[in-house]
Amino acid sequence: MNDVTGGEPGTGGSGEPVYLDHAATTPMLPVAIEAMTRHLGETGNPSSLHASGRRARRVVEEARETIALALDCRPGDVVFTSGGTEADNLALKGTYWARRDTDPRRVRILSTAVEHHAVLDPLMWLAEEEGAEVELLPVDAQGRLVVEALRESIERDPESVALVSVMWANNEVGTLQPIADVVALATPHGIPVHSDAVQALGSVPVDFAASGLDLMTITGHKVGGPYGVGALVVRRELEVTALLHGGGQERDIRSGTLDAPAVAGFAAAVEAAVKTQAEHAERLAVLRDRVVAEVQRVVPDAIANGHPTDRLPGNAHLRFPGCAGDSLLMLLDARDIECSTGSACSAGVAQPSHVLMAMGMDEEDALSSLRFSLGHTSTDADVDALAAAIGPCVDRARASRNPVVR
Amino acid sequence: MRVVAAMSGGVDSAVAAARAHEAGHDVTGIHLALSRNPASYRSGARGCCTLEDSHDARRAADVIGIPFYVWDLSERFHADVVEDFMDEYAAGRTPNPCLRCNEKIKFAAVLDRAIGLGFDAVATGHYARLQGGADGTVELHRAEDAGKDQSYVLGVLTQDQLRHSLFPLGDTPKPEVRREADRRGLRVADKPDSHDICFVADGDNAGWLREKLGDRAPNHGGEIVDDATGEVLGHHGGTYGFTIGQRKGLRIGRPAPDGKPRFVLDIEPVSGTVRVGPRDALTVDHLEADHGRWCGSAPDRLEGTVQLRAHGAEHRAVVTTSHGGDRVSVDLLEPAQGIAPGQAAVVYDGSRVVGSATITATSRTRVPA
Repeated sequence: MNDVTGGEPGTGGSGEPVYLDHAATTPMLPVAIEAMTRHLGETGNPSSLHASGRRARRVVEEARETIALALDCRPGDVVFTSGGTEADNLALKGTYWARRDTDPRRVRILSTAVEHHAVLDPLMWLAEEEGAEVELLPVDAQGRLVVEALRESIERDPESVALVSVMWANNEVGTLQPIADVVALATPHGIPVHSDAVQALGSVPVDFAASGLDLMTITGHKVGGPYGVGALVVRRELEVTALLHGGGQERDIRSGTLDAPAVAGFAAAVEAAVKTQAEHAERLAVLRDRVVAEVQRVVPDAIANGHPTDRLPGNAHLRFPGCAGDSLLMLLDARDIECSTGSACSAGVAQPSHVLMAMGMDEEDALSSLRFSLGHTSTDADVDALAAAIGPCVDRARASRNPVVR
Repeated sequence: MRVVAAMSGGVDSAVAAARAHEAGHDVTGIHLALSRNPASYRSGARGCCTLEDSHDARRAADVIGIPFYVWDLSERFHADVVEDFMDEYAAGRTPNPCLRCNEKIKFAAVLDRAIGLGFDAVATGHYARLQGGADGTVELHRAEDAGKDQSYVLGVLTQDQLRHSLFPLGDTPKPEVRREADRRGLRVADKPDSHDICFVADGDNAGWLREKLGDRAPNHGGEIVDDATGEVLGHHGGTYGFTIGQRKGLRIGRPAPDGKPRFVLDIEPVSGTVRVGPRDALTVDHLEADHGRWCGSAPDRLEGTVQLRAHGAEHRAVVTTSHGGDRVSVDLLEPAQGIAPGQAAVVYDGSRVVGSATITATSRTRVPA
């Protein structure tokens, strides 16, 4: 292991990184690499009518069936996209437009204050450009939707609700949302419910049919598949207005030539992630509890954020009072330990997390938190390395707040 | 040494970082986010605050092979540099925000954070040289390339700050730095030099001040008065559009009786009066200054030279200090023209920077021969 004499900055990269940022992206599974590379050298547009086209189309359709089986939906419900962001945009804009066009009273979109930017930003756009009335419902101090607020909001005027969108699991603090309660409140009024399940898939049981959801977002690179491919699972009966117009490849909801090798890799990853979910979650939960315990042993005033039990098994989100999160990240990075501060603006400046602020934290507390997220390649040695490094790094980060130069 | 290389996204700081890295230092590239809303400065300003600059700095760090981060100094920058800039103009003075930024941000806030995090020094792309003095102090000297010399804007640095600074470009002419950037594969090699104040888009100083100062300026308008006769020659829309020694933009319809151009001689921020007169009346040979900052110990009396604006001429002078070095009197042996309160007087002994002070008053003590 690396030397542990001090939290010194400088050129890292000397050793193998200790990768604790699986919630950002996780390494591809060998089965996914195999499935993807098997098709990389093959020619054929899935929309072509000849033999090569049919072969490519078969790859796509088999992938669709594999995913449907893994998620308990119908193959026809799976609309391939370029990833989670596109799937969220399609779900929100497509459903809003279709529902509003059917009945102009339906302009309200109910969601939560802790959604990913791939949901929040389309909602803000719909509010600014398309007349949507967006209500971001509050969460409690653990980051969980206040269900009563949703009930009140729906029952105030159910006829005017275009859709409800609530993430399955929060990407920053790992808290699971009460999806069953959300569905139970919305469906009696015929209101469609969307959930971004990008973080949940593979970590907790995700069963589309049993969930009662109408739309669900998943993506490849969070479950051991390739980047650049994802899907919106959408009940065939639901009308969704297209976002991308063109060849109409995906049910006329989504156009664009499908990336057959990536789709194959994506399906292999989804299948494997769902099949191994229970044991994976059990293993990660043990490691995650070790992360929190080891960090708190060295830094006793570190505080775990998010829900203590109803959470993603591989997410440890910790607040380090008196530390700037981005300083701490840099010091850990210099010691080859990779984690996340949450979101950064396009220039690269760490921003106070809207999730933590919605949970009631002030800006300074929000900026002193770090996310450590575990995945299929994580080991006890990773946790040991973090435990060895975190103490001196926290000391350094705290010291860096005091002026020393005259 | 562990070194923070402040990388603006320009060619100088990129080559400075590369040289520090090549010299064997453990270098981390840091881009300073100085704007509170980077996207708003996306176009216009060159030098500090744009998304494009942040991107260019990141790519330069990639090519050099050093870690790279962005530090948010926007709150400090606004409080210590931008607010000060506005206050100074509102008071009728002419500040230099680059000196202020070096004093308060690059070699204070950034250096503090760097040292706290375990670094030893901050490296920048300034053209200036550091060398060891006889008594073990670190001396700041003018750069080899006199045309690019930036020691003037570093004249505010104390010994403590200089001990934690690196200026890897001080011995190199600018064209060579560009060639070196090209040779190193740094895409910023052809990027134009920055000249304007980084937070003022388009270089429109008066327009920016008019918009930002708003009600804080009690002087949105006033009279332009002939200093000798007291005659009102015209009206203006705000004193911050003027600096002492300025000739252009007075918009006085009538020529002076002698047909010679008029210059701004004095700005009275409270009444809003701008006094104008002939070039000759701009000549001064005595300066009073405060906020003395010394690279070593403050000299009681020094015969040397002073530089009164960035890229300005040197004037032979006798400098005396009082109040523990805070107050400075300068007798110019060679008179100067158009010197505005707020500007920095940087004191040199040969090529060595002795220190600096902010001009508070100017006067003419000797009758011209």
